[in-house]
Amino acid sequence: MSKALHELTIHEALTGMRQGDFSAVDLTQALLERIALLDGQVKAYLTVTAELALEQAAQADARRAAGGEAPLLGVPLAIKDVLCTAGVRTTCGSRILENFVPPYTASAVQRLADAGMVMLGKTNTDEFAMGSSTENSGYFTTHNPWDLDRVPGGSSGGSGAAVAAQEALAALGTDTGGSVRLPASYCGIVGLKPSYGRVSRYGLVAYGSSLDQVGVLAKDVRDSALVLSAMAGHDAYDSTSMPAPVPDFTAALTGDVRGLRIGLPDEYFIAGVQPDVEAAVRRAIDVLGEMGAEIVRVSLPNTDKALPVYYLVATAEASANLSRFDGVRYGYSAGADSIQENYRQSRGQGFGAEVKRRIMLGTYALSAGYYDAYYLKAQQVRTLIKQDFEAAFEKVDVIACPVAPTTAFRIGEKADNPLEMYLSDVFTITLNLAGMCGISVPCGFDGAGLPIGLQLMGPHLGEEVVLRTAHAYEQATHWHTQWAQPAVTEV
Amino acid sequence: MHLTIDEVRHVAQLARLGLTDEELALYAEQLSAILDYADLLQQVDTSHVAPTPYVLPLQNVMREDTAASSLDNAAALGNAPDQADGFFRVRAVFEE
Repeated sequence: MSKALHELTIHEALTGMRQGDFSAVDLTQALLERIALLDGQVKAYLTVTAELALEQAAQADARRAAGGEAPLLGVPLAIKDVLCTAGVRTTCGSRILENFVPPYTASAVQRLADAGMVMLGKTNTDEFAMGSSTENSGYFTTHNPWDLDRVPGGSSGGSGAAVAAQEALAALGTDTGGSVRLPASYCGIVGLKPSYGRVSRYGLVAYGSSLDQVGVLAKDVRDSALVLSAMAGHDAYDSTSMPAPVPDFTAALTGDVRGLRIGLPDEYFIAGVQPDVEAAVRRAIDVLGEMGAEIVRVSLPNTDKALPVYYLVATAEASANLSRFDGVRYGYSAGADSIQENYRQSRGQGFGAEVKRRIMLGTYALSAGYYDAYYLKAQQVRTLIKQDFEAAFEKVDVIACPVAPTTAFRIGEKADNPLEMYLSDVFTITLNLAGMCGISVPCGFDGAGLPIGLQLMGPHLGEEVVLRTAHAYEQATHWHTQWAQPAVTEV
Repeated sequence: MHLTIDEVRHVAQLARLGLTDEELALYAEQLSAILDYADLLQQVDTSHVAPTPYVLPLQNVMREDTAASSLDNAAALGNAPDQADGFFRVRAVFEE
């Protein structure tokens, strides 16, 4: 075999283990060695659960030896640290949860465990998933494996960097405004945001409850489909999970886009988009056209309103969700003398700057006298944004556009300007507001050698057509076969 | 618009966030800039548009009312900063 074990995709690793070429323990050890080699510089992981991983790998090998099989049996994955894992510390990238050990496991993670996953550890994130770079983590910033001076994107930047540095075969992330697709784009991998309601949010620590969705960061589209198939579907513990049938998403990967109608939205090809990014995305759309898809111009006229809508709706929901951190039931407690003072001090000291900023903004938008002007208004414009997509999907099957206006920016470049940081999400937040699904798939590199992502958007529960289009494009190009080579410096 | 320090202090009190004077000043400036940007929405005519708080067609989701086990007391208290006799312990809510 020409590839090292850590270089394998999930589907290649499953084939190898099923043929007996290597064991889950071999594979897990190879990934733990890779983490030991690189993670001091990449800093993708907040917690590495090496012992637990080797135990789970041995169990997977025993199950396979006894004739058992499962969709992800023995596959080592990483989990974003906003998903609860029973017995394994879950910080949400926040100091307020520095010592929090959940008593239960998130449904999405449990389903992967039931499918045979080996969990390597928990990955870094902007605090409570609020950010676009991991610079808002209460612990450290994750580095982009393609250029260690640059951000990996966020908020699932630890998951993106772990997969791009080949420190995990794939990883779970979460996407409230682009937090799976943006790091996938910046790190040159595949990032799938399922439709709202497709994957249970039970055990996902809530940020914006009407927007949050668990997604997959993977090396290729087939791996994304495999992981989604294992974790999607209705969950009695989440009343917002859809009681819809879950297909085998890998069956959608036909390699054929003939007759598909692909929409090109004028509002996503605007001034401010890095020329290399626009050129790469347009070339990708040409490739899909050459493969037999019909390219159609569409309009999503309320796109420029999406960013203010998002930052009012998401922060309003966050201000309510994060009220649970009260220093009483779990999390940091300042130990002040009165209960009111203890709330103020525990929260004031425990939360980082961006989280406090968003709680303040959301509280303001919901407060007496401002509710109608900000929160209600944002929800009304959200209706218009959703209607834009519904009208567009009457005419086309998929919409193609950039994931982000630029490639990965330098660490520190936008840290002092929240509004400029928020603009990184301008092309991704629309889907969350509409509740629809999308994917980032690699489509080239800029002049500095940094990866560029093509975004393909689909209607609610339209994952099959999105995966089919992304897979056909991926297989027709060679971008997904190119990997970052982070320099290893001896410590 | 520009938020005053007193307005920011009021919002911090609503959110039970203890902020330093530096933080109050910084957030007054940053929140004002973000709210100015959000004023873009005032240009949109929404007089006949229903709000979307939630995108799914599901309403009043029910399940069978069946008994099942839940977390035991020790697990539920496992992360408590302070506890006594199987309860969370908090400071007195009413002053004496």
